[in-house]
Amino acid sequence: MQEETLSPPEPPEQLDRVVIRFAGDSGDGMQLAGTRFTETSAAFGNDLATFPSFPAEIRAPQGTLAGVSSFQVHIADWDILTHGDQADVLVAMNPAALKANLREVVPGGLILANEDAFDDRNLEKAGYEKSPLSDGSLSGYHVLTAPMEKLTKIAVKDSGVTGRAVLRSKNFFALGLISWMFNRPTEPILDWVKKKFGEDNPVAKANLEAFRAGFNFGNTTEEFHHTFEVAPAKLPPGEYANITGNQALAWGLVAAARAAGLSLFLGSYPITPATSILEEIARLKHFDVKTFQAEDEIAGVGVALGAAFAGHLAVTTTSGPGVSLKGETLSLALMTELPLVLVDVQRAGPSTGLPTKVEQSDLMMALHGRHGEAPLPVLAPASPSDAFEVAREAARIAIKYMTPVILLSDGYLANGAEPWRIPDFDNLPDFDISFATEPNGPDGEFLPYMRNEETMARPWAIPGTPGLEHRVGGLEKEALTGNVSYDPDNHEFMTEQRAAKIAGIANDIPEAEAEGPDEAKLLVVSWGSTFGAVRAGVNNATVAGYPTAHLHLRYLNPLPRNLGEVLDSYQQILIPELNRGQLAAVLRAAYLVPTVSLSKVQGAPFMANEITKKIIDLIEDAS
Amino acid sequence: MTTTDTRYTRADFQSGQEVRWCPGCGDYTILASVQNFLAELDVDREKHVFVSGIGCASRFPYYMNTYGMHSIHGRAPAIATGVALANPDLTVWVITGDGDGLSIGGNHLIHALRRNVNLKILLFNNQIYGLTKGQYSPTSELGKRTKTSPAGSVDYPFNPVSLALGAEATFVARTIDMDRPHTTEMLRAAYEHRGTAFIEIYQNCNVFNDKAFQLLTGRQERDANRIYLHPGEPIVFGADNEMGITVGLDGAKIVKVADVGMDSIAVHDPAKPNPGVSFLLSRLSHGPTGPTPIGIFRQVQRETYGDLMNAQIEAAKERNANASISELVSQHGTWKVE
Repeated sequence: MQEETLSPPEPPEQLDRVVIRFAGDSGDGMQLAGTRFTETSAAFGNDLATFPSFPAEIRAPQGTLAGVSSFQVHIADWDILTHGDQADVLVAMNPAALKANLREVVPGGLILANEDAFDDRNLEKAGYEKSPLSDGSLSGYHVLTAPMEKLTKIAVKDSGVTGRAVLRSKNFFALGLISWMFNRPTEPILDWVKKKFGEDNPVAKANLEAFRAGFNFGNTTEEFHHTFEVAPAKLPPGEYANITGNQALAWGLVAAARAAGLSLFLGSYPITPATSILEEIARLKHFDVKTFQAEDEIAGVGVALGAAFAGHLAVTTTSGPGVSLKGETLSLALMTELPLVLVDVQRAGPSTGLPTKVEQSDLMMALHGRHGEAPLPVLAPASPSDAFEVAREAARIAIKYMTPVILLSDGYLANGAEPWRIPDFDNLPDFDISFATEPNGPDGEFLPYMRNEETMARPWAIPGTPGLEHRVGGLEKEALTGNVSYDPDNHEFMTEQRAAKIAGIANDIPEAEAEGPDEAKLLVVSWGSTFGAVRAGVNNATVAGYPTAHLHLRYLNPLPRNLGEVLDSYQQILIPELNRGQLAAVLRAAYLVPTVSLSKVQGAPFMANEITKKIIDLIEDAS
Repeated sequence: MTTTDTRYTRADFQSGQEVRWCPGCGDYTILASVQNFLAELDVDREKHVFVSGIGCASRFPYYMNTYGMHSIHGRAPAIATGVALANPDLTVWVITGDGDGLSIGGNHLIHALRRNVNLKILLFNNQIYGLTKGQYSPTSELGKRTKTSPAGSVDYPFNPVSLALGAEATFVARTIDMDRPHTTEMLRAAYEHRGTAFIEIYQNCNVFNDKAFQLLTGRQERDANRIYLHPGEPIVFGADNEMGITVGLDGAKIVKVADVGMDSIAVHDPAKPNPGVSFLLSRLSHGPTGPTPIGIFRQVQRETYGDLMNAQIEAAKERNANASISELVSQHGTWKVE
């Protein structure tokens, strides 16, 4: 087929935004279709945000509700904040995908169904008695169908792919059809396929042919003739890349090691949804990084602590269950006052919980989940791209203050993508670090626990340095000498010193600044990945006549030094969290302020509408 | 990196911290052996790092005037792995005990052994929990009466040498706290071995498990029970080397040399690629309840984890000289907004 025939026949309808959700069996390649659509939209210049959602099982039973995997992408010609509360378009590859996702579709939305999969067997597996495509139950939606499997089979017949493998290309058929419908540039997709599989590979040929067949089906089928276009977004000028939170985190850690002039050492154990950070850094060996896949979570942080002692920028990555296991080593890192970054990509818990779903329920564990008096700095990124800067900041604090730092990401940030305006890497500030090389004591001795007057950090004297031989360990340290001490006053003194060191970091971080109209009496306080939905919800409420302010916290410990004053200047405080009110408990304890919690623990992110509705309810109740 | 010309004395390796083991503890002897050995070795003091877990033995780093970390119960092999991989110029010693290394830290120990990280692991085996005052350990004999096993332990013990051999260790040895020349010989061999070296040291706890190794240390008993393993030599023992070991498919056996003839006695070869015979030797006694082999069971060369890891990093750096973050990001695909 000729590329020229790929142009649409009539001018497309202009949209400022659209939300598309690809849904199918977990083996149907929906994550791939969604990612390709995202990448081509990014290259086209749309602003975007994504929400991949998949079962924990690699291949759950085919055709069942449990096996449904989806990928939602929101594209816009303006600067958007969320992946979209509901989908305008649902691509349903089978009845289960339709059933599991229908409530995520806006009333009147477009449903594009793979009619070949709506046979009796699949309908029964999804719990439909009759086909929803013909029984009138979808009358509130605009339904289009395509025989995706039949046409894919015809399209790929000369590709060399045979048997069951033929139908694997049907995701490319769907992608081709949607790409036609939304006037996407096809080159990035076609190039990717050729690069990924090799131009002469039968799989590449099959995917390309299926894609073209889908595109042409739209072009030549009467009922698909209405097409849409979302123009490029007017984002601030600069160079952009589309990245996920885990990618940004991995690169931020590499950048931090560069800024510090240190080698990066990552000790980790595979765990969803943190694993891809280890995978990404493992392939960056040319950056002088060492990755170590340990025998367990405990060893993952153990090797990192050993590397920190020996002078590397040490990191361990995990998710909630792993943090439980690493707690003992975190306490040792705190006692030995060595720099270490622990990344917790939170997932829904407790226990194994919902490993692939989002939650913010590890905040209390990050703040308090260690034996003894063991305060640590805790930071959380607000968006996938923000993870780059927060990773750098966590490393900066760890090194400057000689302390473990916890970075709380989550499953939504980890896998979700957004365009990232690439910073000028060459001009990012370097970290000022120096290893101890000379004795620091009055009598020419080395005092490993003599503190820096400004930061209260102890010197970092690494093994191999002549004359500074010293021992660290978990037993209480005597001030200055670091010798073992059972002295009660010394224990109290050292406990206070360790706490004061962490509290003092408040002087080294920005003050809290609420954003919103001056007349706002309600402040919404949020942290972590809920930023986009909360900011959008606050903006919507303000536009609807309910002026509201928003404060998003990057630093959870220590909290910004002026936070109490900011909270006191509002009449109402709303704290939406994907947990049962953990930040709310922290702020109430710290500042004795009344707060209202909006809790959600459904393994799903907030929708902007949920925030707006709660704001309006609160303001109405107060007036 | 400088090398000192001054020869060290034992005092150079003493930290000045008061040593707080019970009077008469075997740990004192081991500490002296290690300090003397390091003085003899004449390697820069700052290049040694001692990492320990929790337990009596694990207080060891505090008494060494080197770099050290007294870490967490069982975790020393993991932490020491990080130190060793971060800086290959260091000699990293792990000090552990039977409870620390074989119970709570069993997982880390076996994985360190199989990976062949450049670590020297000294496992002080006193067959008892000392620091918590006398509970049975994973090497305590079946039936042992302790505070937590008043009716006798029903907990079948590990044989640490068998365990290490099964965990793919490249260097496995056993020595006795009281036998200082032999301890020094084992320390030197472990130091010179590139990779993970594991030494089980029988160590007497004179408070909670006194005379556990009496057969090997008692004046009356020791000659009849110490089977010294010498590479390349027939395995014989006894006051007049009248006893020997034969090895067959049914195991290693103690025989009278006169009964079988010297030609039938096994010749010790710790460098055999197959650890089978070493394993059979380790089964001669499960805990020192009879004649027990002392010495190097296994000593083979295998590339270390650190060398393999660094080779990959160096190759990657060569392929991608001057790697930059901007290049990394642009490879990922970028677009410009004017």
